Amino acid sequence: MPFVTPASMRGPYDVIVVGSGAGGGQAAYTLSMEGARVLMLEAGRRYVPESETPMFQTPDQAPLFGEGTTDKPFGFYDATVDGGWQVPGEPYVSEVPAAHEFRWWRARMLGGRTNHWGRISLRNGPYDFKPFTRDGHGFDWPIGYADVAPYYDKVEMLIGVYGSNEGLENTPDSAAGCLLPPPAPLVSDLMIQKHANALGIPTVPAHRAVLTRKLDADSIPARLHPGNPAAQRILATAMRERGACLWATPCGRGCSVRANYQSPTVHLPPALATGRLDIGTDAMVHEVTLGSDGKARGVSFIDRRTGREHAVRARAVILAASACESARIMLNSKSAQFPDGLANSSGLVGRYIMDTVGSSVEGQIPKLESLPPLNEDGADGHALYMPWWLYREQKAGRLPFARGYHIEIGSGRRLPGFGTPASLQWLSPGAYGARLKQDLRRYYGSLVSFDGRGEMIPNERSYCEIDPAVKDRWGIPVLRFHWGWSDHERQQAVHMQRTFADVIEAMGGRLRRPIETDGAKAISRGGEIIHEVGGAIMGSDARRSVTNAWGQTWDVANLFVADGAVFASNADKNPTLTIMALAWRTADHVLERMRRKEL
Amino acid sequence: MDRRTTIKWLIAARAAWPLRGLASVASRPASGAGYGTDPDLLRPYVPGELWPLCLTARQKELAALLSDVIIPADERSPSASQVGVVSYIDEWVSAPYSEQQQDRGMVQDGLAWIDAESVRVFGRPFDAIAADDRRRLCDRLCDTTTAAPVDADAARFFARYRELTAGAFYSTAEGRRDLNYIGNVPMTSFPPPPPELLRRLDLE
Repeated sequence: MPFVTPASMRGPYDVIVVGSGAGGGQAAYTLSMEGARVLMLEAGRRYVPESETPMFQTPDQAPLFGEGTTDKPFGFYDATVDGGWQVPGEPYVSEVPAAHEFRWWRARMLGGRTNHWGRISLRNGPYDFKPFTRDGHGFDWPIGYADVAPYYDKVEMLIGVYGSNEGLENTPDSAAGCLLPPPAPLVSDLMIQKHANALGIPTVPAHRAVLTRKLDADSIPARLHPGNPAAQRILATAMRERGACLWATPCGRGCSVRANYQSPTVHLPPALATGRLDIGTDAMVHEVTLGSDGKARGVSFIDRRTGREHAVRARAVILAASACESARIMLNSKSAQFPDGLANSSGLVGRYIMDTVGSSVEGQIPKLESLPPLNEDGADGHALYMPWWLYREQKAGRLPFARGYHIEIGSGRRLPGFGTPASLQWLSPGAYGARLKQDLRRYYGSLVSFDGRGEMIPNERSYCEIDPAVKDRWGIPVLRFHWGWSDHERQQAVHMQRTFADVIEAMGGRLRRPIETDGAKAISRGGEIIHEVGGAIMGSDARRSVTNAWGQTWDVANLFVADGAVFASNADKNPTLTIMALAWRTADHVLERMRRKEL
Repeated sequence: MDRRTTIKWLIAARAAWPLRGLASVASRPASGAGYGTDPDLLRPYVPGELWPLCLTARQKELAALLSDVIIPADERSPSASQVGVVSYIDEWVSAPYSEQQQDRGMVQDGLAWIDAESVRVFGRPFDAIAADDRRRLCDRLCDTTTAAPVDADAARFFARYRELTAGAFYSTAEGRRDLNYIGNVPMTSFPPPPPELLRRLDLE
């Protein structure tokens, strides 16, 4: 009986995992496959990608051509259920001026944001774990790349990631047999690569969690679960059930053939097959309960279907509710021992929230006009990308910002939709009638765009706390956000603008609009890139961090954090792969301590 | 106010903008709820099933004419109205979301303006003038950067109406074919670009 209700929960469990996304999915997978009895609690509804994903639906079949609305901000067919920048009945508070505003994307569904994410799966490099040592800003992690590398290997093999090993600085290679072959680049990708390389910007295969071929179910399970034949059998079956990419239909809708990573199609099926994972959905966890021994007893949650409160017990609790939601649960878990929130003796729960710096430039390339008909759906774009390449210049102090960014490419003859003609109108001002149709045929597929994704240094200005007045529909106090970029991020955004314009112009292209030289205007808003991490950072000093190197809170021995909250820095690399690698490592540690009877 | 009076009044006012008050006499406001945060994503939807449509018969008549000036039929594909663009636009401007509600006022006012301006300039409503005269009117509006100050609001309407018309047209199967889009089909492998094309573009 894997999906349980409050009445059918079989507590006490070995471990309660709060959240079902990248961190929660990985933690529940590792724990249940290796013998622990686990209860996963998810605030949203059960979600079944195999039967709910709109594969191949076209814009004319959706209301409003599938364009975004307040109900579905990323479009009708976006996988997000009951979520977006706002969740009905679950407000948050933010400072109002745009420069200090934080936007918080949530999804109330099994698998959370892993259902719609971009699947970009980059490893942090050695520099990324020791940024303070390298340039004196922010914090070092208490772990280094060597501690996490074996877990990156394991996660890549488990979920399936395409990419290549290029031997580039601070852009780690994977162990042999970890990566799937990258998809063929588009014509536009190759043109960008040629001209970017000439400018000294390396352009190499992207890394994404999409199966460009079926996983090797004959050999991977033994590498991931040595000495555990039952787990190997279960995983082999689950891997064989996943289909390879169909080379069509956007990944952001989810994937009914399970060809890309989303927690409900990759982590949860084998974990459920062990019989040791129970999943309770519509369970809004709001408090970690504390025993008289100073250890976590379990959690309290509200059943969203009935509005009733329930409690469940476990030997250990792992929070993986998303960085800010995990911080919210800790801050709302007040007791005589922890009047400022559980595991918050440092006062740092909710502090050092980081997002990713975003900035983009779009242009048009005459050489790409009027190409012959080509199917350019590919693996939903992202065949190539540019990792950060100016480490030496930065180290020598020749750039006005301390941290790097990578570049994501948008191009090709993508599924036309409502926005297609509007995106091309600037190329033929005033056109309508026969000329409009001819111009659109000529220019469709000739646009390129570059999205910079850069590292933000943690700062004192960017944090969340409990709002003293506002509560959600369940009566749970909500978060209040504060935000501020520093000059490092603003200057980085300006550098992105200039670089992208250089590439477009080197290709003989024209810019859609002049580049932005004011960093405050060039940069995305806080939270907008949906890479928020921090809020319970790990460290080597209990006074200056919330958890230790294992994600174990300093204050409560059996309380762990296994989502982005533990990040001590936010490298330009998209956080999801690192969340999973760290969650696996934390779960291994929990298992080891349980075997030693320490939990 | 009957239509004849309306038109006289408009001529007297030289098609003043906005015409919000006038348009609302002849049309129903948008109503109904949105599709919510957890709609069925699998089934196809048709205009009118989620919220009541608000354009009047006359507005739809004008909308079809204007849409076909923007996207006429040619040797490769049909016109906008032939692929149902008017009902898509009706769905759009009738939707209960704020962006669409802003478009509703602009579209209703704009259609009324273009009809009245046709009467003022050519002595007959928009549906009764020659196709060349319709284009003559649109030539005044088609570029917001060059439109006369007195036409500025109407040019903004035209720009948005062009986005709605073309956006709807290229969302359909006919529009995708027109652009030679051949994707959105399952394949067992994804081929690289043809070598002769790469040679031509100097990308080998």
